[in-house]
Amino acid sequence: MIDKSPLVEMAKGPSPVGAARRATPTLSRPIKLRLTGVSKAFRSANGNTTLALQDINFEVREGEFVCILGPSGCGKTTLLNIIAGLDRAGCGDVLCNGRRVKGPGMDRIVMFQESVLFPWLTACKNIEIGLKSKGLSKAARTVKAMDFLRLVHLSKFANAHPHELSGGMRQRVALARSLAMEPEILLMDEPFTALDAQTRWILHYELQNIWEKTGKTVIFVTHNIREAVCLADRVIVLSSRPGRIKREYKIDLPRPRDDGSVEVAALSTEILAILRDEIEKVMREELDEGSCKECDVKCVGVTPDNSNPK
Amino acid sequence: MVPRKTTLPKKGLALNPGGAGPAKAHIKKPTPWKNYLVKFGFYAGIVGIWELVCLLGIWPPHILPSPVSVALTLYRGFEDKSLLVGIGVSMQRLVIGYSISVVLGVTIGLFLGRIKYLEHSLGSAVLGIQTLPSICWVPVATLWFGFGQVAIAFVVVIGSLFVIVISTQDGVKHIPPLLVKNARLLGIEGWRLYWEVILPGALPTIVTGMKLGWSFAWRSLMGGELLFAKLGLGHLLNQGRVANDTSLLFAVMVVIVAIGLMVDHLIFAVAERSIKRRWGLLVEEH
Repeated sequence: MIDKSPLVEMAKGPSPVGAARRATPTLSRPIKLRLTGVSKAFRSANGNTTLALQDINFEVREGEFVCILGPSGCGKTTLLNIIAGLDRAGCGDVLCNGRRVKGPGMDRIVMFQESVLFPWLTACKNIEIGLKSKGLSKAARTVKAMDFLRLVHLSKFANAHPHELSGGMRQRVALARSLAMEPEILLMDEPFTALDAQTRWILHYELQNIWEKTGKTVIFVTHNIREAVCLADRVIVLSSRPGRIKREYKIDLPRPRDDGSVEVAALSTEILAILRDEIEKVMREELDEGSCKECDVKCVGVTPDNSNPK
Repeated sequence: MVPRKTTLPKKGLALNPGGAGPAKAHIKKPTPWKNYLVKFGFYAGIVGIWELVCLLGIWPPHILPSPVSVALTLYRGFEDKSLLVGIGVSMQRLVIGYSISVVLGVTIGLFLGRIKYLEHSLGSAVLGIQTLPSICWVPVATLWFGFGQVAIAFVVVIGSLFVIVISTQDGVKHIPPLLVKNARLLGIEGWRLYWEVILPGALPTIVTGMKLGWSFAWRSLMGGELLFAKLGLGHLLNQGRVANDTSLLFAVMVVIVAIGLMVDHLIFAVAERSIKRRWGLLVEEH
């Protein structure tokens, strides 16, 4: 077992916000975000319209960690962009704290797959530049930026430029920057997908730990089932195009969770069974009509090359 | 062997304590002495051959002056300050014209890169005018502004402006859209977006444009001075032509090349390098 790891010890440390939050059951906490009947269609170049999202309804309560899980191309990112205000819903309503979302705002900060740090600024200044928008004085900005760098264990690298940091470190700076903005909701768009497995594993711990400490409301988009089970209170499974809510899972496993643990694996397998149909559907659409049928492939794990003997 | 001297970038590498973390280090290798030797040998060879040809007496000195006489003219020019005055006057005109064109060019370029309508209207005009050699503006400049400093400044500005505009625009267009999107999410809007995100984001390309702009400005200035200005290096060239003083012509040309090289090596190369290093665009150097 990995219980002796310092990361786990860290995560088990005192967490005042988290403890207080844990004391109140989720359902009695105020609703942070509510989506009602959100749909979105795209018009492609040849004039066809594709429905990306169809009738999405869900709500997220304060301090909840919700993962949106779905096969590639199911509109997860579109959904996140709509919540962030970077994209508009075709119809339906997005309410954040009871107010309708009309555009991007500092109450909803997005963390992307890439760290999107400003390459010419140091790690510390990258955090400060956002705090400047909140009207903090120069001294206060530096203090706060350093606080959050310490939270992601990067205070030693405050003066490093992004290109001097590894991918995992960059993502941690991005996380620190997002958290320093103190958003109502933290939106994460596959933030660990581009990282290697070990780094991802460490960041899963760190994120759980930080989440316990700060009690932030998080919406985390991923196609990685284990990641979703490992991190979330609740997993919302989307179907393939058009994206619809297929099922919701409450994850009650004790924290901190490890993405390799037996419980996480068991739940992941259960969700995979649901998702498998969807993944197959995507594969069938991507492959030639006939090739799937003629070889009778179960498309999971089959590369198009194998199934298309031309 | 030459001792390995490493120069560390001042700001960029004051981190990575104890070598922790996979941070990339950019250590500038010293230029080997061999390269300098090769360079020096090459130029010495050229001057040697030049002197030799002169000694053979194939062409009279008023056609091909010997390196020695050019050196003497240079020496005399610096002694009686005529060359120094020429350099001073030319540099002053250049700096004035060039500064105007940098400020104007970067500003226009930033907006061109950001605003679609401007790009399609003004942008296409800029591309068109840019093909016009700057010397073509001299007649217009003299008609509009007379034979004075303003006309010279105008020619210098018009000669270097467009290349700076175009590279700035290019730099702006190559900023990753996600970076700008993310800046918006972080509440960076309006002037702050231009000043703190767009401008620094495009800076590596802008500096390249400024470097080009400098050499364009230099050329326009010489063209203008040669044709109508008093004082200045271009004027000296014209004097040399009138007086049939070929060694003066060569001396002035040597000065022009020397100034060009110096500015390029001491200012632009250094600026470009340090910006690219800080921006993480310089991975390996030698």
